[in-house]
Amino acid sequence: MTSPAESRPRDGGIEAVLDRSGLAALVTALQHRGRTVIGPTVRDGAIVLDELDSATALPYGWGVELEAGTYRLVRRDDGAAFSHSAGPQSWKSFLHPERVRQWSADRGPGGGLTVREERPQAVSYAFLGVRPCDLRAIRILDLVMAGGRYPDPAYLSRRTGAFLIAVECTEPGATCFCVSMGTGPAADAGYDLALTEVVDDDGHRFLCRSGTEEGADVLAELPRRAADDATRTAAVLGVRAAADRMGRSMPPVDLRTLMRDTLEAERWDDVTARCLSCGNCTMVCPTCFCTTTEDVTDLTGDHAERWRRWDSCYDLDFSLLHGGPVRSSPRSRYRQWLTHKLGTWHDQFDSSGCVGCGRCIVWCPTGIDLTEEAHALHREASGSQDAP
Amino acid sequence: MHPPEPPAPAARPRLGVFKFASCDGCQLTLLDCEDELLALAAEVDIAHFAEASSDAAPGPYDLALVEGSVSTPEHLDRVRRIRAESRHLVTIGACATAGGVQALRNYADVEEYLATVYAHPEYIATLATSTPISAHVRVDFELRGCPIDRGQLLEVITAFLSGRKPGIANHSVCFACKRRGNVCVTVAHGTPCLGPVTHAGCGALCPTYGRGCYGCFGPAATTNLPALIPVLHRDGMDDEDIGRFLHTFNVADFTAVEARGPGVTGKEGTE
Ligand code: SF4
Ligand code: SF4
Ligand code: SF4
Repeated sequence: MTSPAESRPRDGGIEAVLDRSGLAALVTALQHRGRTVIGPTVRDGAIVLDELDSATALPYGWGVELEAGTYRLVRRDDGAAFSHSAGPQSWKSFLHPERVRQWSADRGPGGGLTVREERPQAVSYAFLGVRPCDLRAIRILDLVMAGGRYPDPAYLSRRTGAFLIAVECTEPGATCFCVSMGTGPAADAGYDLALTEVVDDDGHRFLCRSGTEEGADVLAELPRRAADDATRTAAVLGVRAAADRMGRSMPPVDLRTLMRDTLEAERWDDVTARCLSCGNCTMVCPTCFCTTTEDVTDLTGDHAERWRRWDSCYDLDFSLLHGGPVRSSPRSRYRQWLTHKLGTWHDQFDSSGCVGCGRCIVWCPTGIDLTEEAHALHREASGSQDAP
Repeated sequence: MHPPEPPAPAARPRLGVFKFASCDGCQLTLLDCEDELLALAAEVDIAHFAEASSDAAPGPYDLALVEGSVSTPEHLDRVRRIRAESRHLVTIGACATAGGVQALRNYADVEEYLATVYAHPEYIATLATSTPISAHVRVDFELRGCPIDRGQLLEVITAFLSGRKPGIANHSVCFACKRRGNVCVTVAHGTPCLGPVTHAGCGALCPTYGRGCYGCFGPAATTNLPALIPVLHRDGMDDEDIGRFLHTFNVADFTAVEARGPGVTGKEGTE
């Protein structure tokens, strides 16, 4: 906790308090800077991510009740805008869209081919309401999509310069486990601005601190007041309390080792009996990045295009080689997913592939819960009575 | 060595569209390709398409699109004749790929139906079952749906014209639903949805409009229907409702996977 005398947060940024009109001014200021502002809004009975015309589109007064396989929007009487988690999309939908054209080709009258590589138009995004787990997920995607020798141009065109406004968590969902994964509920780094929403007798406000120079510049433009101790204390306590109210947890073991040592566990049969291979878990996961290639031609055969589309390890055709799919059994597909997320991701990218957001738990139609599966694998491996 | 002969101007491939026991809706999809119809007519010679023209030319055909199921004794011969006259045979729609809604008869007594429906059942020649075309002849590709999707039909025709594999996914409707950015009607609204076990192809049309998928593309390439039953129960369906939900246009295919646990259904585009 910062001491009362401090007017600046530890990391050297600036700090201030915004009220609802300050938040509205933030959205407008970003739009004036030419940015497309994406944030949470209510649509079709859920809090989705979409382009915001203004801050009035934010889900003020809406919360969610979550369980494995169930999501319900509920009214909140505190008017909070960011008391929700685990919506059906993640920032991946914007940074790594489900469908990207990679090149097109035309055959001329003489039979010669002209191939045009797609030059993605740069998009200037501002993401409002990035939860700490999702901040980490974006960092993971950065590594996957742009960290190697061949950075993906489509990803870079959307990611480069994106302005990230984190919102720390004060209201974790029943399916959240960021504490187990070390990703939240406080925002540590990687944001331009970080907000903590406070609603108490002193009113509805947002403690705002900058993490970059651009963040500080934007904050300096907004109607704001100096950060006061009462707001700081409420913010810190709110986030601290959230850490103690996680809906889920992972077994307190090295998950990478657990995955490595349980490849032949009976539990895989148990979960396979419940898994539909429907792919929802991978589509909603903020770090699942796998794609397939789709080549299309027109009727004349003179015009061809290559598209990249989201795919999933649950798709039978995902592992199709000559002769058939490598992972033809649903058991092998579920196991591939979980062991990659929690285990082999470490070997590949030096981190866990799971950030503890809980989306895959909520949006699985049959309510398969990876934390429960990890606990069960741990119990089976150790013969212990560890309860989830 | 002689230089290669310049290729003779290629004749346009000949297309035939044929109908068995069906409602004509899938053929109509071809006529619905309004914007592309002229381009298609420029690329292929539409030799036989009774719904569009009574001028039916005899085979052979380079590509036969076959709609409808085999349900009369006369169909048995006809389907073999069409196969023999066609280089590629593609079946279109749930009747042709799964026997259609008329396959409900496969689980009932046809004689009883005949006696109930017709004043003179002796005039009716029918088979006891309604079966997909692939139960009788080799099929090069099965395009699912009741009715089929326009874009997918064009993709299949285009693919056969250029000699490549059609880009038709075999996964569940949920893939398309999530790619489209929909809010899941099962998870968020408690609406029963067959999307998790249904073959993609419609672009998740029903969930996009807030209702559950009712399985008109039949089972996906890999399903686990028993795992979905408790979810349907939770969302208010009893066993009878579930039976009605599953036993429609693709009754035969869903019945085949109903009791089967997680696994591959064989319901992929190519035979
Ligand atoms: S595996 Fe599940 S909980 Fe972990 S990041 Fe992906 S969606 Fe979130
Ligand atoms: S774990 Fe759930 S969401 Fe994922 S494929 Fe299986 S049933 Fe679908
Ligand atoms: S609405 Fe239906 S098709 Fe869409 S994700 Fe949910 S279960 Fe799948």
